[in-house]
Amino acid sequence: MAITDDVLVIGGGLAGATAALAAAETAPDARVRLVTAKQSTLRHASGLIDVLGYAPGSEGQEQGQGQKQKPIVDPFAELDTLPTGHPYERVGGEAVRDALEFFDDIAGDAYAGGHTDKNALVPTHGGTVKPTARYPAATADGLASDDRDALLVGFETLPDFEAPLAAAHIESAGAPFDARGVTLSFPGIVRDDAKVTRYAHLLDRDERVQSPGGSVNGEIGAREALAAAVESHLEGEPRVGFPAILGDDRPAAVRESLADALGVDVFEIPMGPPSLPGLRLEDLLYAELEDAGVRVTSGVPVVDYEAADGRIDHVVVDRNGAEIPHEAAQYVLATGGLVGKGIESGRERVSEPLFDCHVPHASDRYNWFVDDVFGEQPYARFGLAPDRELRPLDSTDDPEFRNLRAAGAVLGGYDYAAEKSGAGVSLATGYVAGTRAGEESV
Amino acid sequence: MAHDTTVLVLGGGSTGCGIARDLAIRGVDVTLVERGNLTGGTTGRMHGLLHSGGRYAVSDQASATECIEENEILRNIASHCVEETGGLFVQRPEDSDEYFREKLAGCRDCGIPATVLSGREAREIEPYLAEDVARAIQVPDGAVDPFRLCVANALDAERHGARVETHAEVIDLLREGDDIYGVEVRHDSGPGKRTHATPGTTEEITAEYVVNATGAWAGRIGAMADLDIAVRPSKGVMTIMNVRQVDTVINRCRPKGDADIIVPHETTAILGTTDEEVDDPDDYPEEQWEVDQMIDTLAELVPIIEDARTIRSFWGVRPLYEPPGTGTQDPTDITRDFFLLDHDERDGVGGMSSIVGGKFTTYRAMAEEIADHVCAKLGVDARCVTAEEPLPGSEDIAVLEEGMDSFGLRSPIARRSKQRLGSRAPDVLETNENEANPVICQCEGVTRAEIQDAVEQSGSDLNAVRIRTRASMGNCQGGFCCQNMANELHPRYDEQTVRDALDELFQERWKGQRHALWGEQLSQAMLNYALHATTMNRDNDPANAPAQVDYAQFDGGA
Repeated sequence: MAITDDVLVIGGGLAGATAALAAAETAPDARVRLVTAKQSTLRHASGLIDVLGYAPGSEGQEQGQGQKQKPIVDPFAELDTLPTGHPYERVGGEAVRDALEFFDDIAGDAYAGGHTDKNALVPTHGGTVKPTARYPAATADGLASDDRDALLVGFETLPDFEAPLAAAHIESAGAPFDARGVTLSFPGIVRDDAKVTRYAHLLDRDERVQSPGGSVNGEIGAREALAAAVESHLEGEPRVGFPAILGDDRPAAVRESLADALGVDVFEIPMGPPSLPGLRLEDLLYAELEDAGVRVTSGVPVVDYEAADGRIDHVVVDRNGAEIPHEAAQYVLATGGLVGKGIESGRERVSEPLFDCHVPHASDRYNWFVDDVFGEQPYARFGLAPDRELRPLDSTDDPEFRNLRAAGAVLGGYDYAAEKSGAGVSLATGYVAGTRAGEESV
Repeated sequence: MAHDTTVLVLGGGSTGCGIARDLAIRGVDVTLVERGNLTGGTTGRMHGLLHSGGRYAVSDQASATECIEENEILRNIASHCVEETGGLFVQRPEDSDEYFREKLAGCRDCGIPATVLSGREAREIEPYLAEDVARAIQVPDGAVDPFRLCVANALDAERHGARVETHAEVIDLLREGDDIYGVEVRHDSGPGKRTHATPGTTEEITAEYVVNATGAWAGRIGAMADLDIAVRPSKGVMTIMNVRQVDTVINRCRPKGDADIIVPHETTAILGTTDEEVDDPDDYPEEQWEVDQMIDTLAELVPIIEDARTIRSFWGVRPLYEPPGTGTQDPTDITRDFFLLDHDERDGVGGMSSIVGGKFTTYRAMAEEIADHVCAKLGVDARCVTAEEPLPGSEDIAVLEEGMDSFGLRSPIARRSKQRLGSRAPDVLETNENEANPVICQCEGVTRAEIQDAVEQSGSDLNAVRIRTRASMGNCQGGFCCQNMANELHPRYDEQTVRDALDELFQERWKGQRHALWGEQLSQAMLNYALHATTMNRDNDPANAPAQVDYAQFDGGA
């Protein structure tokens, strides 16, 4: 039996969730559904909302790292200077602003940075700083563009973050404050390879752990124990940074307990995968989808489609081996890029696997990359080329289907890693694709 | 029609390699294809227990009898892969006396040598057993290295003319009407020798008979020819400890249970295991609570486990099977027996049999039965000799070590660190109790102690550290671990030196990937690029930039 909706969004990352939310807001009476095949790539993401940190280079250019440019102070002022075909150029600067406002409403207190158009510089777990437009509340006190001195705390069982090295690196990067780092053992962690969620849950639940003072003092709460371990290392710094493990479900409460106990501000430094800030953002988006009445079906890949007269009639979804047709007036494709597998490649060809939309690319795969790992990598720009309505275009620049739009990393023509524009493009294109789909669905 | 091979075996685990060896020795022309590397499925993800049969002596005496027979055979033909540790079934005060008696009687019924020890006697053998352990039954359990055993079978198959093709995933079964006549495989790249095919190409391999020995994946293969094979994959977690807390296999003497075995392996001990059914053998949750629960339960037998250091945990998937209609709910109760499904008799589709269920200890007996069946089908009249013929390497270990190298395999369970470190292993791995020793490179299982040791020898050259330890040489090609390796250089080396060393390593890792830049590797490359450029901003690090950044111009907070 076919399932019928007004808008069907395929893909459950930042772009897909934004598109579904925008469609639901634009057309409150429309039935909006989001289908996802697998876990989104948000677990890999730092949770920062970058808009534009660096001006795009030109494809194929060989550039050594560090010879590029200064970070952009005001990303919104640069939006109108981008090359034709860039997703921001497609949707226009005003739509990017609207999308960020839309996000600020959704995120509420969980994110900061909306008070200014300027980028913030945020410390990374590799030790340097990066420009970003919005940052989780957990990172608000950690800005490198804030001149207060900072103590960074790492843990001997978390090899991803070496605090004394990160502190030295931040100083090399010219940050306007003194940074120091210490490495401690994490109270209550007995195994050397505990997952980051174990650290987070210890603090969430404030589990009883052995007091750092030894058995004389018995057991105390994990938050108190962590604060006690840090306290003697403070030398007057007004803020303390930790790797992003301060709670999974109750990060604000964990931060507050630590800040109260230490009498200083506490912040998190975004980490690599599995990234708690990325997972928290995912939770926030899915709670919002539920509130907005979007029907979410997870774990179901789209495996086929039928089209007629230049429109998609329905797609076929594989639900545990049963092939179920899903029909909608409007479709949004937000299946991600190379990492999310919305774009695939073989030895001969780069393709979009669901609808076989046209993906511009060089025919010789030795032209897909340049030799400097951080050069202007052509592969990083692989994706669909859309019109200004975000409809993917075929090789003769006509829309592939009149009722299909694309959003997020499945789009090409930009290098989100170099530009630091990934989340912003997902928000802006998700917002525009969802809004247009909503408008046209009723 | 002319076939490429007489028998095509699918699956390079212990069963598949055992079948290939058995048939090849009998003079049958055999080809074996394996999706990844040998042992890549369940064989390489087990706890390495060579069963005495004691475990099944009450619940499943047929399996128990078969275990002790095979146990004795493997000690003879593969002594170099087996450590005769002996085993204890340990009774705690709360464990039933009646079950203890049944276990002892069951062992004797099945011909398993069994001796009762008092609690004190048991602690003399294993001093770390809990003070209140009441009694124990001593049986001839052992530890077996599944990697080397499997490779030894593959090597011997090759010596007898078989073709063994790894990194060749079956993407289709070739079926015409009611006859299966081969498979289509896709060749990929990977560690180990690659003599036959180019990565990315596909190949049709036709055969007179196909043996589906893909275990937990058998259902997926069957589905390619519309055959329903209801394997019930069941996951189990195993945790590797940093030292060998016990020298004997320790089992809990109670009816059934999760998490009740400790198996010593070389310098480590492996804790096992849980039993929980999963839908997809390639994609199932690996959960921290499973590890926690196992450690808690085993600490009742050996209390020091509670605070001991674990090196890593891994999960494997059992290929459990029971005939349609049996309807067992709890995977622990599903029989460990194996089943030979002749699809001609069962489904009216000729040319293929599937082997499902079973366990590692009895792989040889399973292989013998399948080989007998296949020979009957083909009209081959030759006797099985695998119970008498020693496996390669049992006389000269170097033969097998070369084989391991040529297949690009090391044995992470038993000898991973030791092969890398040789006689220096104890010095390097026995770190100070108070120092954490987390894994730095997840793909290759390289710990901090090994990295630090390599840094001592190689200085700040992380490429040299990489070659000594294999860190950053696994699937992620350094995307996840280059940074962590560089972190280990500090504070011995200053920030600038560390940054340069990381850049050099990351650039070197990229160079190797450029020639394999499509499919999964291109996806991985994009992820690595995003982690290092997006998340860490290593491509535009202001520390490298000649122009100073004016921090005061940026958002300094609300």
